[in-house]
Amino acid sequence: MTEAYLYDHVRTPRGKGKPDGALHEITPVQLASQVLQAIRDRNGLDTRLVEDVILGCVVPVGEQGANIARIAALNADFAQTVPGVQINRYCGSGLEAVNFAAAKVRGGLADLVIGGGVESMSRIPMGADGGAWAMDPQVANKTYFVMQGISADLLATKHGLTREDCDAYAVESQRRAARAWAEGRFAKSVVPVRDIIGLPVLERDETVRGDTTMETLAGLKPAFAEMGAKAGFDSIALQRYPQLERIEHMHHAGNSSGIVDGASAVLVGSGAIGEQLGLAPRARIRAAVTIGSEPTIMLDGPAAATRLALRKAGMAVGDIDLFELNEAFSSVVLAFMAELAVPHERINVNGGAIAMGHPLGATGGMIIGTLLDEMERRNLATGLVSLCEAAGMASATIIERV
Amino acid sequence: MIDYFKYAVAEDGICTLTIDQPNSATNVMNQAFLDGFRAALDRALADDRVKGIILTSAKSSFVAGADLKAMEATLYGNPDAKTLYEQCWAFSSLLRRMETGGKPVVAALNGPALGGGFEIALACHHRIAADVRGMVVGLPEVGVGLLPGAGGTQRYLRMIGVAKALPLLLQGSQLKPDKALELGLLNEVVPADQLLPAARKWLLGSPDPVKPWDKKGFQVPGGGNPMLPNLAQLFMGTAANLQANTYHNLPAPLAIASCLYEGMQLPIDKALQVECKYFVKLNLDPVAGNMVRTIFINKSEADKLVRRPAGIDRKVHQRIGVLGAGLMGAGVAYVAAQNGIDVVLIDRDQASADKGKAYSESRLRKDMARGRITADKVEAILARIHPTADYAALGDVSLVVEAVFEDRGVKAEVFAKAEAVVPVDAVLASNTSALPITGLAETTGRPANVVGLHFFSPVERMPLVEVIRGRQTGDTALAHALDFVAQLKKTPILVNDSRGFFTSRFIGAFINEGVTMVKEGINPALIENAARMTGYPVGALTISDEIGLDLAYKGAQQQAQDLGADNRPGASVEVIATMVATHGRHGRKNGKGFYEYAADGGKRLWPGLDDLWPRRPASEQPDVREVQHRMLYAQLADAARCIADGVLTDPADGDIGGCFGVGFPIYLGGPFAAMDTIGIGAVVAECDRLAARYDAGRFAIPALLREMAAEGKTFYGRNRVVPPARRTEPVA
Repeated sequence: MTEAYLYDHVRTPRGKGKPDGALHEITPVQLASQVLQAIRDRNGLDTRLVEDVILGCVVPVGEQGANIARIAALNADFAQTVPGVQINRYCGSGLEAVNFAAAKVRGGLADLVIGGGVESMSRIPMGADGGAWAMDPQVANKTYFVMQGISADLLATKHGLTREDCDAYAVESQRRAARAWAEGRFAKSVVPVRDIIGLPVLERDETVRGDTTMETLAGLKPAFAEMGAKAGFDSIALQRYPQLERIEHMHHAGNSSGIVDGASAVLVGSGAIGEQLGLAPRARIRAAVTIGSEPTIMLDGPAAATRLALRKAGMAVGDIDLFELNEAFSSVVLAFMAELAVPHERINVNGGAIAMGHPLGATGGMIIGTLLDEMERRNLATGLVSLCEAAGMASATIIERV
Repeated sequence: MIDYFKYAVAEDGICTLTIDQPNSATNVMNQAFLDGFRAALDRALADDRVKGIILTSAKSSFVAGADLKAMEATLYGNPDAKTLYEQCWAFSSLLRRMETGGKPVVAALNGPALGGGFEIALACHHRIAADVRGMVVGLPEVGVGLLPGAGGTQRYLRMIGVAKALPLLLQGSQLKPDKALELGLLNEVVPADQLLPAARKWLLGSPDPVKPWDKKGFQVPGGGNPMLPNLAQLFMGTAANLQANTYHNLPAPLAIASCLYEGMQLPIDKALQVECKYFVKLNLDPVAGNMVRTIFINKSEADKLVRRPAGIDRKVHQRIGVLGAGLMGAGVAYVAAQNGIDVVLIDRDQASADKGKAYSESRLRKDMARGRITADKVEAILARIHPTADYAALGDVSLVVEAVFEDRGVKAEVFAKAEAVVPVDAVLASNTSALPITGLAETTGRPANVVGLHFFSPVERMPLVEVIRGRQTGDTALAHALDFVAQLKKTPILVNDSRGFFTSRFIGAFINEGVTMVKEGINPALIENAARMTGYPVGALTISDEIGLDLAYKGAQQQAQDLGADNRPGASVEVIATMVATHGRHGRKNGKGFYEYAADGGKRLWPGLDDLWPRRPASEQPDVREVQHRMLYAQLADAARCIADGVLTDPADGDIGGCFGVGFPIYLGGPFAAMDTIGIGAVVAECDRLAARYDAGRFAIPALLREMAAEGKTFYGRNRVVPPARRTEPVA
């Protein structure tokens, strides 16, 4: 079987996803184009050899709509022979794009594919794509739809987590992210975003606050308590989990992933194309899976996805040297660590989305790179990256350095 | 064919169609109505003389709405989707034909137009209501588990937009004319004598017979795309609230939300078909039929005193006595005074009696502050309540209700004092919730006059009165007691005397099962959530705390004393005794019960429960379905025993009593409706399983139910069983 290798990856810094964010003036097509250009240029790619551009994008409407992958490839001056496809696996889209690229390569359908993702949350707000899940009364009713923040609090309640647990995790994420930046751990892969006259508008993640303390977070009110009580979401959650007396609300802006803009690109190819182009493979994809799980709690899938990926790879939790799990909410990572007995020292060692933000469609392509860079820095062999996804799904990918 | 529609064309080309169902006080929309309507409409549309049409009624109301009895019949008629759709569509499409027929039609609403009646009006091109007393319009179908299936949801949507239409339809709002006018659901409100002239005037003013939604470029007010941010928010919130409030048990509100969500994205003709299909879907679900039967058919019959002994003149009570001015006595006095009855309100001293009257005063002042009642009326009501400590004031009352402490001795004492004064034929009613009436009657010299009138708290809000017939209760006293209930505009059910009558023992079965599970180490949160998910308003532990654990404890002690060697205490008594006697936990009243109550009104389950009755590990906790079944089937088995033993004389009393008195899930229609729907054989099998697994007594099934299962009988419908109490003469 043909192996799928990771050759390179780049990401933008993440800009605050608000009108005063540094990347707000940059169109999503530009964000995507700039990472495509960066990965092309630093590898000296003849883009005619690229057989597909697969980009995750979770709110694919407006200027992110209608297959932004193909449009960004054209806009990035890729050869017109390079097709593109936009995919949506919710928050795992960026990783799923890499997995689809790897699948094409491993299946022998393609030799060189770019995966990644883009999301300008400041320009195209979450939810702008509508969808039947929350709005169609029949569907919401059948699936016991609750807002994701309620799910995060439900997950925390189910695992007996406290507000202090969640805040402490967030403080540590900020500390780790700040340290990683200070030590230049992201330098290899972060490419500045430039404006239309070529000047850099953002070179570092914009939302990291290394001085965050338990005290600074203590003042934040739980963000979903009111929705839970007034809109009735707590009741729906309890109907699914009747063993719980109530939903304890503990997530807020400070211990949840940040709303940001950004894009990522990952170069995936066969061994043969690497040899042909003179590129050295950095890691191979050992397993890549996506699972479905109970949609109301929604966010507890990474453990099941991880177990499945490990089984497919013939590995155990102890065989994984380093983990990256998207910090959608503190409870997601804390529940995962508890369920799989993963020590905090081996997971999200450079912080995560609580500190740096979560540009929905792009994140998976970013954190698989963060994982690989850190495996190289620490000279570790194996790593696993996972993200929880809306509607009760999760993806996990195991990579191994070569 | 019976001619429902009087057809008259005047010189000016105005055709007046007067709906006038023969031999009926109202116009009910049955098949003959539909046929008559179609014929009249076709004639008017084809009649070249006719320029415009006035649709009005010869009755005091416009049209009373659909024939709900036919709806209930679908529970037994093996309805098929295609036939039901054709029936529904025949009416909806007829209204659509009127709407698009090219001739302007004005609805001249001479009286209330609700449900199907208002749907007819909505399909007209103009709606004028007479400003008469009791005038009301609206689409209340959701209240009986249905939706307006003849364009109501779609025309509301297109006339006033989804944001306004949704709450009106989900709450089944009945609107006074000024409110309907403000909303734009009525075009004019005129004095009654101006109704037909106003209708004629509008028709002669060259009106446009084309609805806005039949014109190019029409947009639903407020937007027609549910993905627009404001509407998306509305639909998301609505879908969530429906689930939170109905626990996935009520299909009608969900169907209504879907009619709007889907209908707004469709042209009117397609949207009407989708609405019709959702209506059919509700008809195919037993929930609607069961709700219609209990809420509409059975309750209406109860309100008309269907159980009243025949041949006894109706008694109009002018003046009654209430003994005991505590919460219940004060409530009874209040409701009686509201309904024009003079009340002598007696307590042991004047101050206590005055306090009872003050209850009415505070309620009435509150209503007055909200503009719901005028000062004159408040004074008139209060003037009817005569607080006193003097039993001599009872000299001319036709009925007394005692509402004193639940103690046989105290009750006997106040009855004796009253008996010395009241007329010889006065009814002596006891508001006891559990003490056998027969025993109380024996303490008086007039046992034939003694009857139980079990009110529920708060009296002014609870619609039910459980009327208990003791062994010696006479027909006259019973009839006069029922007359009193009717005067209070409450719904009576008739129950033969037995410990806990029907409602108290029936809810007791639910509470007992819930509390017993605590003893077994079942997660208390699971017990409470399971109850709510089944459709009970609150869980067994919550209701226990609300009633008061100390009261339950005292009741159990009283029963033990009364029954002596025959006493078989409920499984939960041990739990209650431990809570009250050992731990001083009396319930909400002292802030300590199954829950702990915080000063801010919050409450949490008491963690000490786990110490007293060690909780089973998560892996050994039952599935929520099992917990639900235990509580529900404990009640079903008890209801079955009540009818088998003659405590109930008719399943309707049990269904009404369960739903309107003690919170049995209304979507099930009551315990007997539920058993019919589940299937008698299935109920027997499940009770047998539960009896074998948990307790032979609580889930014991009477022979009656087994016979019914064997013979294919049901409690309602064509194969209905004759209740044992009806098989012989009632106990004299």
